[in-house]
Amino acid sequence: MITIQDLHKSYTMGTNSLHVLKGINFSVQEGELVSIMGSSGSGKSTLLNILGMLDEADEGSYTLDGVPIKNLNEKIAAQYRNKFLGFIFQSFNLINYKSALDNVGMPLYYQGMKRKERTDKAMAYLEKVGLANWAHHMPNELSGGQKQRVAIARALASDPKVLLADEPTGALDTKTSYEVMDLIQGINDEGKTILIVTHEDDIAHMTKRIVNLKDGLIIDDTPVNQVRALSHV
Amino acid sequence: MFDLERWQEILETISKNKLRTFLTGLSVASGIFILVILLGFGQGMQNGISAQFQRDASNRISVYSGVTSVGYKGLNPGRFIEMTNDDYNYLIKKYEDDLEFKSSVYRIWSGTLNFGNESGSYRVEGVYPDYQFLENEDLVAGRYINYDDQDKKSKVMVIGNKVKQDLFQNQDAIGQQVQINGINFKVVGVYSDPGGEREETRAFVPLSTSQRVFGGADKVRNLGFTLKPKETFEKTLEQSVRFSSEIESFLKERHLVSPDDTSAIGINNTLEGTKRFYDLIGMIKTFFWVVGICTIIAGVVGVSNIMLIIVKERTKEIGIRKALGAQPLSIITMILHESIFVTAIAGFTGLILSMALLEVLGPNLDMDFIKNPSVNFNVAITTVFILILAGALAGFVPAYRAARIKPITALREE
Repeated sequence: MITIQDLHKSYTMGTNSLHVLKGINFSVQEGELVSIMGSSGSGKSTLLNILGMLDEADEGSYTLDGVPIKNLNEKIAAQYRNKFLGFIFQSFNLINYKSALDNVGMPLYYQGMKRKERTDKAMAYLEKVGLANWAHHMPNELSGGQKQRVAIARALASDPKVLLADEPTGALDTKTSYEVMDLIQGINDEGKTILIVTHEDDIAHMTKRIVNLKDGLIIDDTPVNQVRALSHV
Repeated sequence: MFDLERWQEILETISKNKLRTFLTGLSVASGIFILVILLGFGQGMQNGISAQFQRDASNRISVYSGVTSVGYKGLNPGRFIEMTNDDYNYLIKKYEDDLEFKSSVYRIWSGTLNFGNESGSYRVEGVYPDYQFLENEDLVAGRYINYDDQDKKSKVMVIGNKVKQDLFQNQDAIGQQVQINGINFKVVGVYSDPGGEREETRAFVPLSTSQRVFGGADKVRNLGFTLKPKETFEKTLEQSVRFSSEIESFLKERHLVSPDDTSAIGINNTLEGTKRFYDLIGMIKTFFWVVGICTIIAGVVGVSNIMLIIVKERTKEIGIRKALGAQPLSIITMILHESIFVTAIAGFTGLILSMALLEVLGPNLDMDFIKNPSVNFNVAITTVFILILAGALAGFVPAYRAARIKPITALREE
């Protein structure tokens, strides 16, 4: 599903150049649930942003579902993001003046779907994350866990190939974290490929494979025995 | 533009951000409102001043006499100079070809008019038939004094609208006998004057009658002339100035007045005043335009400012939208569409409110120098469109920049 080879990325901070990714080679098969771990500054978020086409690599190749991702202009990048990827952020990033339902419908709006159809589909995804009763609430009327569920529903709405989650439980308490992880595991069980960036061990162990990053290189890449989040709840 | 989905999206955004929308709208609406009101009052002042002017013929030259202030040829200052029929007759003969209307005036001091139980004190003057045109009067009823009255020294008179209302109320005045200081005169006409009430509280009788009945002998108080217009205003003005100075020196010589004496013989050339007034109106209008345009510029700057703030405030939202698959063009059009929509609605609201105010206030407002303020609709509409266009342009730069922001940068912003 995802193949990256010899990926390099550096940032220029004033006169200093910061080499963040120093040649990453890594691939993900369809249906995998992978966690990317590493300490702060190890380059894990940068990697995720490049995978998410939110940022561009300096060197190396990236293939997503057989499509080479390079020299993207803004327009094509936007199309690919909409078609291939769903994002889940640590800070949820919901549009705060739109209801939960409308937030979930956003990716569909950018696919050019009609309002009626969009609303039906968004409602179905909200039901899936268990928030059908909260559809018309504004984000500020929802708890952190609920907001993250809305964000997950939104990420799923466009039926993407891959879900990318950047510290999805970073802003949540342990119990809520496990509930969210349970939801993510459920989605993975249905066959969706999911990548999670996290620095929490327990969250990482709820995935099927842990990739460890240090100083811009993969130092460890091992499959793990998945711990079901439900057992903790 | 007619994409229903986009409209829904924009209307939703607007309705969820009422304060922001209101503030943008307010600056636009007030800009247009102020401009239209200013232009309206500029026009109102022009109307008002023009009306003031119309009380007399705009090219009238009046000659009046007074007391000498300088000794001349052995004569002491303090002599009262009185013009005579001879002066008038000489002048109209000499300038026969140039003159359009002409009249001399004999004033009857403290004229008391009586009709039945009603009486009042009015300005009563003996005049020639041409005087109607010098005063720019319109007849409401009857006729003006004519040369036949003049020759026969008939006891007839023409009264102003106000006089008619005072003395006759709703009765017909024509044919009635009214006493001037106890002497019967027949009313033959009623006139109105664009100058308003002040000009309509007067009564006119034939000059010959007034000189004979009220002991004026051959004395006249004023002379009034208008000259036939030339091809251009400049030539007319030049001729009129020359004419004024010629008759001034003629009268001074004839009445032994020093050429330096400014109080014994006075000449009032309305045309010069008219020119000055039209220059003044031009300046006032220019001033209002400048102020109005500055207001619009302030409005545009206000819109640009708010657009910048809106885009700044929405950076994160734009980042989210881009992460979800929004293309740069859709971000730009979203912001522009919204700003154009808001400025248009607000602009037209300001326009309608200000036009309505002028419409309601205008006809009821009748001060001396402001009359019926109104505004050219095309000018107002054009201004609204300029403001919308400027608002769109002002919004485009930040919108374009926002669309270029990398989603990751926008998302990091808190």
